[in-house]
Amino acid sequence: MNELGVILVPLAAAALLSAIPGYRISARLNVLASLISLLFAISLLFDRPDSNQYLMVDDLNIVFILLNTFVGFTTSAFSASYIAHELETGRLTARYLRFYHAMFQLMLFGMNLALIANNIGLMWVAVELATLTTVVMVGIYRTHEAIEAAWKYFILGSVGIALALFGTILVYLAARPVIGEGMDAMVWTNLRAGAHAFDPALLNIAFIFLLLGYGTKVGLAPMHAWLPDAHAEGPTPISAVLSGLLLNVALYALLRFKILLADNTAAIAPGPLMIGLGLLSLIFAAFMLYRRRDIKRMFAYSSIEHMGIIVFSFGMAGPFGNFAGLLQMTMHSLTKSAIFFAVGHVAQVKGTQRIAEMGGLTETHPVLGWTLVAGVVAIAGLPPFGVFTSEFLVVSSTFAREPLLALLVVFGLLVSFGALLLRVTSVAFGEPRGPTGPVQASYLPIFAHLALVLIAGIWLPGPLVTWFLHVAAMLG
Amino acid sequence: MQHGLSFDIAHMLAGGLVLVSFMMLYQDRLYALLHVLALHALVLALAVAWQAHIQHAPHLYITAALALGFKAMLIPWALRRIVFRLGIHREIETVVGIGVTMLAGIGLVALSLEVMLPVTAHADPVSREDIALALSVVLIGLLIMVTRRNAVSQVVGFLSLENGVNLAATGAQGMPLVVEISVAFSILIAFIVIGIFLFRIRERFDTVDLQALDRFRGERPE
Repeated sequence: MNELGVILVPLAAAALLSAIPGYRISARLNVLASLISLLFAISLLFDRPDSNQYLMVDDLNIVFILLNTFVGFTTSAFSASYIAHELETGRLTARYLRFYHAMFQLMLFGMNLALIANNIGLMWVAVELATLTTVVMVGIYRTHEAIEAAWKYFILGSVGIALALFGTILVYLAARPVIGEGMDAMVWTNLRAGAHAFDPALLNIAFIFLLLGYGTKVGLAPMHAWLPDAHAEGPTPISAVLSGLLLNVALYALLRFKILLADNTAAIAPGPLMIGLGLLSLIFAAFMLYRRRDIKRMFAYSSIEHMGIIVFSFGMAGPFGNFAGLLQMTMHSLTKSAIFFAVGHVAQVKGTQRIAEMGGLTETHPVLGWTLVAGVVAIAGLPPFGVFTSEFLVVSSTFAREPLLALLVVFGLLVSFGALLLRVTSVAFGEPRGPTGPVQASYLPIFAHLALVLIAGIWLPGPLVTWFLHVAAMLG
Repeated sequence: MQHGLSFDIAHMLAGGLVLVSFMMLYQDRLYALLHVLALHALVLALAVAWQAHIQHAPHLYITAALALGFKAMLIPWALRRIVFRLGIHREIETVVGIGVTMLAGIGLVALSLEVMLPVTAHADPVSREDIALALSVVLIGLLIMVTRRNAVSQVVGFLSLENGVNLAATGAQGMPLVVEISVAFSILIAFIVIGIFLFRIRERFDTVDLQALDRFRGERPE
């Protein structure tokens, strides 16, 4: 029953929140509901339910579900302190906040459902639901930029999702002769069992569509155009959730299908395609980082860069490639959402997102400034943070097999490293620029994330390593 | 013989959908484009209803009815009202010439037949050609989206793309669950487009032309 808790709690909370007018209560309820979902997700570790035609829990998706509910919970806590300020400055009205909270839970419902689904049709529907809710949230400020961003996200996201559905239909067509007609041929556990006998040519084409479709949602170049706008123009909690969670959900969908292809020896290897797109995203985003004037937009490009590394690593496959990919994904989610939390407060203090109009943050707001510096140091892949560990693993495992590719990865990492440090020094140090009013920030979510990343950088617990290695073996 | 005829009709309807997609490519007026969109959905409804008949799958009739009611009537009507109420330019601005677009469309159909037919050789003959034709509709839908500048005609392109995916879903014999839900979602999408975006865009801009939106990009140097 606990697997139902993960999806029903957000759904019930969404219904409840849409009926509550007061934003103080609903912000707290939002946190409470996210906490209960997290507790249900943790209970999955100890009491794993049997899979049925619609839902399942296995070693792979439990990583994603835990990460999803945890970041969902911390984001809701951050959002409670963030939106009060948005109400004061009049960027949002109480009516919109009610809508915002209901949508937040609906989005978590969509993402959790996509992760826990054992049915490729249901998974598709859930990804679509998560997309639609985020589209509405991105446009919630109703400024020119927000509308443009939401529109672009909507159009590109829908095209991606339509292509993914086409791919899903092709997978069904491939499965039908082996598994038989009807619902059974959409159930992932059945697909996995029969994948070796599927028609390889059909599976190949299906994977191309799925890669393009879900890859759009992962934010892979050249289908990434929606991502920077959507991150920059929506409310910051949504930017954090987009980068930290929604990209992962799409990636998860892609991984599920990659496993099917890996099981079928006659089908094309998904690796080279993923490696190519991953490298392209990494290097493209690394160069794009230099010309960013908007701080949230800059970190959005950094997300493209990291998704590139992650997809590259899963494309390299093998136990080490998959392990590094999983670790990198977890570290990126935690670090990037922490950065967005910090950036959200910075933007509220300065009243702008333009990098040129902020400066000397460590002097005027020491805690916030240094937290941001720590976050950027972590995301740039410097020790002692966990991103260093995972990027080191990506590079070293690639070096062992394809030294040339490893050189390209290192090149991309160094280029982006330079850009991030260049920008963060201008924001954090030097002459204070812009307003220096007091900040009402909730540091707890940021600290919690960064602490986890720091611990992972210094010491990875043994059970976690065994677990991730097991998942890595499953990914083929 | 009975089989042969029912397959032929299924293929004719699917082929008809591709043809109507081509009609979308050469429209230069918004109202005319919306009429073609209605026709597109009508052909889809017929194709789906025929699939329901030959597959003995009564639930597909629901999909067909939805395609007829929502996609062929309600959505074109609503888009028409939006165009009228907002006083949007009635002429469609294309990025490239119509001749080039038509040639590209022909190329896309050839491509999808070339790609899908060999691959689906083992599938049953109805799905086989239906999937290939559905892919053509999807690709032409994408072509419409990239070659049009107005938001409304891009939405039309997207809706025709969705119709193509629907055709594929109903053509795949015995496909569960997704048919109903995908239709429900395409309605939701249409509502979101119409209800929120276009009206919001209208609140802030005098045009729904996406090029006008480009000016507000945060990245342009000032």
